Amino acid sequence: MVEATNWLPTAPMQALRQRACQLTYLRSFFAERDVLEVETPVLARHGVTDLHLDSVAVEMSPVPGCRQTRGWLQTSPEFHMKRLLAAGSGAIYQVFRAFRDGERGGRHNPEFSLLEWYRPGLSDVDLMAEVADLVCGWLGCERPQTLRYRDAMQLYAGVDPFTVKDDALATRCEPWVGRSVAAELGRDGCLELLMSHVVEPALRAQPPTFIVEYPASQAALARVSSKDGHQVAHRFELYVAGIELCNGYWELTDASEQRRRFEVDNAARAAAGKAPMPVDEALLAALAAGMPECAGVALGLDRLLMLKLGVERIDEVVSFPLERA
Amino acid sequence: MASYSTNEFRSGLKVLLDGDPCVILDNEFVKPGKGQAFNRVKLRNLMSSRVWERTFKSGESLESADVIDQDMEYLYTDGEFWHFMLTDGSFEQHAADAKAVGDTLKWLKEQDVYTVTLYNGAPLTVTPPNFVELEVVETDPGMKGDTAQGGSKPATLSTGAVVNVPLFISIGEVLKVDTRSGEYVNRVKNA
Repeated sequence: MVEATNWLPTAPMQALRQRACQLTYLRSFFAERDVLEVETPVLARHGVTDLHLDSVAVEMSPVPGCRQTRGWLQTSPEFHMKRLLAAGSGAIYQVFRAFRDGERGGRHNPEFSLLEWYRPGLSDVDLMAEVADLVCGWLGCERPQTLRYRDAMQLYAGVDPFTVKDDALATRCEPWVGRSVAAELGRDGCLELLMSHVVEPALRAQPPTFIVEYPASQAALARVSSKDGHQVAHRFELYVAGIELCNGYWELTDASEQRRRFEVDNAARAAAGKAPMPVDEALLAALAAGMPECAGVALGLDRLLMLKLGVERIDEVVSFPLERA
Repeated sequence: MASYSTNEFRSGLKVLLDGDPCVILDNEFVKPGKGQAFNRVKLRNLMSSRVWERTFKSGESLESADVIDQDMEYLYTDGEFWHFMLTDGSFEQHAADAKAVGDTLKWLKEQDVYTVTLYNGAPLTVTPPNFVELEVVETDPGMKGDTAQGGSKPATLSTGAVVNVPLFISIGEVLKVDTRSGEYVNRVKNA
């Protein structure tokens, strides 16, 4: 922890100037493509149900003297932006300040900058090409290669995520966490451990890489289809120099499937001893009213700037990280 | 016993892992955007001095280890134990065994002050200061006037430590030595 009396920014002025240049670049990128910039609430009456995303809770009295109500700072602008899409906005983007509780480290600050955009009529594959244009146009890097999740896991971690037995998967994770924790992590927890401990470090030495076709259990808000007899999600992530930069989907538009996933999430939260989150009924109503077929992606702007400047720590690109904020 | 959660782990914190006292060297938070958060932690096992790498689910906790570092003056050895006394005026004494003294044995000089790490009240390790001043008791004859030249020779110090010294050093001189590298630094005074 930095001492509270240190008032200076952690990022050098040069980095903050580059941050401003990055915003100018992004805005002209989307202006050229006729994508509309929007703003949606940071504070809302719902959070997210994801097992591994914790919203920051806020106690508030919107009207003086009224009973306190609870709100949440948004972990991403996804739900509100999807409601705009359902309301007929067309292609939209947003530079958003997102909040995720419990996330502080070399590459994490609980408050961070997220670029999120949605493209009606585009598939995940189409959107990946646009992500590559945006990222490579700014970083000057080579265009990303594409690697299936299954191939990445087999190549770097030596497991087939679709066929490996639970027991063998836990054994593979034992060197890091020990037997009992490996067993209680479950399949996805084990795969996430291998992703962050084995695959990500291996990708540091690779050209920019899209990881695609995640297991359906890690679909989140992506649609799922069958491939080689396995259910895979239309979800992609981009890794540049081993840094996870963005996460995109060919978006789920089916309201009842979305409700089912929220319920599955909340059951998993309860099993993990976390409080269930209220489901965003407004999003479900928007999906039911009809959201256009679209692809969407969220990209970490602090990390994009880290890559631009070749620095390792988020503190080097953020004016005042949590301890100094 | 107090315990620490992964978000409180920082370097220098003493914790119990698999029953052994350990000091945390490094704590790295890793989390795939949508996935389980982990802390990759490097620890030194204070019993074996080995460095361990362990991963914890974020939010897991470890018990704190009753480990404290205290300044103590070295008094004497009875052959089995090395006796130290707290410098805080309490005159409290502690006996360290050969395992606790370890490699520090070759830097032990009576009345000098060392850092004694106590685990559950008993000496676990003895650490010398970064620099000690010791007298040369044995070396080849000094070559006067050779001060500018390179070249070195072994010299045995009063504690038994052998260090490489410049050719001009002779018996009876007191040398400043860096205990971390075991290297000669300079002459303190002439005998």
